[in-house]
Amino acid sequence: MTLRKYLVLLAVMLFGGAGDVLLKRGMKDFGPVDLHNLPHLVSALANPWILIGIICLTGFFASYLTALSWADLTYVLPATAMGYVVIAVLSKYFLQEHISEWRWAGILLISCGVGWVTRGPALTKRESSKAIIPEALISENQEQHEIA
Amino acid sequence: MKSLELWSAIALMVLASSAGDVILSSAMKRIGDLGELRARHGLVAVITRVISDKQFLLALTCMTLAFFSLLTALSWGDASLVAPASASLTFLVSAVMAKVFLKEDVDRRRWVSAALVCIGVALLTQ
Repeated sequence: MTLRKYLVLLAVMLFGGAGDVLLKRGMKDFGPVDLHNLPHLVSALANPWILIGIICLTGFFASYLTALSWADLTYVLPATAMGYVVIAVLSKYFLQEHISEWRWAGILLISCGVGWVTRGPALTKRESSKAIIPEALISENQEQHEIA
Repeated sequence: MKSLELWSAIALMVLASSAGDVILSSAMKRIGDLGELRARHGLVAVITRVISDKQFLLALTCMTLAFFSLLTALSWGDASLVAPASASLTFLVSAVMAKVFLKEDVDRRRWVSAALVCIGVALLTQ
């Protein structure tokens, strides 16, 4: 595991948690959703908190895909669960929500689980793995490097 | 009867979500390390490669099905039951599916981790 890969996992945790909290913050301004007037929901996109939340969740999905491209699913999933911890901490200090003792216990367990799994190998050993990109997408001028 | 419908919706959500994750993981392994691919071919080529992958689109379909199953389950049952049940079960079912279909080496470390996260998620909703 290189520093870059740890940073991708960190991005999965932070973007996922921050995105959800920012959406919640934006929806607080927006108010309750009326199921009989769903098109009204589109106007929520004008809220800056919601826009930043969507950008964060896009960052989450991009970093999640990147992590899955070099690590096992059973390695990446606990890291995504760490997003719940980020949500709880941000909810307490940013949204001023109350966190019960049960939730702190849950945060502790998730942190232990993530810490435990990230100390192990990220990828199951295979005979070979090859990156595939159609030749048509490869520019002739681009420099070719060997896959590490 | 209502309980059966509720648990069917939760089961569908868990299965669709886990299947989506497993298919997505398989697709991304086949495509290769996105960081290296971006360095070699550029961001546009990588995005084009990912969104034109049939497995990736199938995974998105599963995730969409999971999302609507979750919405259905939430409309039938309490969020305090549906949210922890679906999130915790998804962790366990995904681990089992990853071992069976992706042949991942789910050793004791990963099982313990999945169990801790599973219980932790359930506690978070208390």
